[in-house]
Amino acid sequence: MMEEMDLEKFVLAIITTNPAKVPSGTSVFHCESKEEMEIIATNLEAILDGIAHLLTEEIYVIVKH
Amino acid sequence: MNEYTYPIILGLLVGTATRIYMLRTDYRQYPTYLHGKIIHIALGFIAAGLGSVAIPSIMEEDFTAITFLTVAASQFREVRNMERNTLTELDSFEMVPRGRTYIEGIAIAFESRNYLVMFTALISTLAYLVFNVWVSISVAVIAIIVSKVLMSGGKLEDIVDIEYVEPHFEGAGLFIDNIYIMNIGLPERQEEVLKYGMGFILKPKNFNVRSTIANLGQRQAILHDVSTTLGVFRDSGTPALVPLAKRDLDDGRVGVFILPQVRDVKRAINVIGAVPTLENAIKMPTERHTETEG
Repeated sequence: MMEEMDLEKFVLAIITTNPAKVPSGTSVFHCESKEEMEIIATNLEAILDGIAHLLTEEIYVIVKH
Repeated sequence: MNEYTYPIILGLLVGTATRIYMLRTDYRQYPTYLHGKIIHIALGFIAAGLGSVAIPSIMEEDFTAITFLTVAASQFREVRNMERNTLTELDSFEMVPRGRTYIEGIAIAFESRNYLVMFTALISTLAYLVFNVWVSISVAVIAIIVSKVLMSGGKLEDIVDIEYVEPHFEGAGLFIDNIYIMNIGLPERQEEVLKYGMGFILKPKNFNVRSTIANLGQRQAILHDVSTTLGVFRDSGTPALVPLAKRDLDDGRVGVFILPQVRDVKRAINVIGAVPTLENAIKMPTERHTETEG
């Protein structure tokens, strides 16, 4: 029987210019440049109702709060 | 018609008047709608009725009639439940929710107002029966004033110093003074936040206040009140634009980050200062005397 789980925060997607640094098992968007990363992060933030957080200069995570 | 008719009528009138007087629609915009008001006036009338028949019952040596007051008590507890349920249901649709603690505070106020009505009606009737109608009216006026004083709780400005601080970014981290609020990644959002955001530092005036303003319900109440009064730059689907209040762990100061539509520092400070101190958030750590306790 499946137990019901309640997650408060969840990583919905990762946007990066350095794929080697991000974990597998979640949706990762590979980008060529910082600008491309920002555009994708902006769109995903709006679509997914999450917040785009900047982890390092190379990685954005979209987190559902 | 008997000797008790006029005293009871007076008690009823005074009690109902007290309820109407305490039923203001203020900035909380609740209860705004007519039906909500009717419910509370009707319950106030019932409370006044119960209060005003208590003394005549005692005078007639009908002591069992007093047990009706216990029925009243459970009746008004129901009022509290009703308010709590309604407000909790509606809370999820607020741009900035009130939070459970604030709702509980409002619900308690609604319950206790009925007891004040009952008390006012009771002593007015007593004064009428013991003295005369004029004494009774003056007692009623005093009781209404006392009720008013009892109903107004403390305000935040009594316990904290409020100071305006421009929010700033360190990397992707949004800060108010040295208090970290949240991580906002997109440059576009950061610009919006700097353009519309305002920061305030609440500095506790004494040690007890630290735990009061640390209470998450109290902090949510501040955010809700500021957002209802000054508007909020936010919509569903923009979770990055959210007013937040975070705490400085070192000295208990609280940094309040808001996104008002009216950017008026002085007004915002007044609004924050006028936020009620929630009963459920008040703690008194300095009242603990471990050395004298057994």
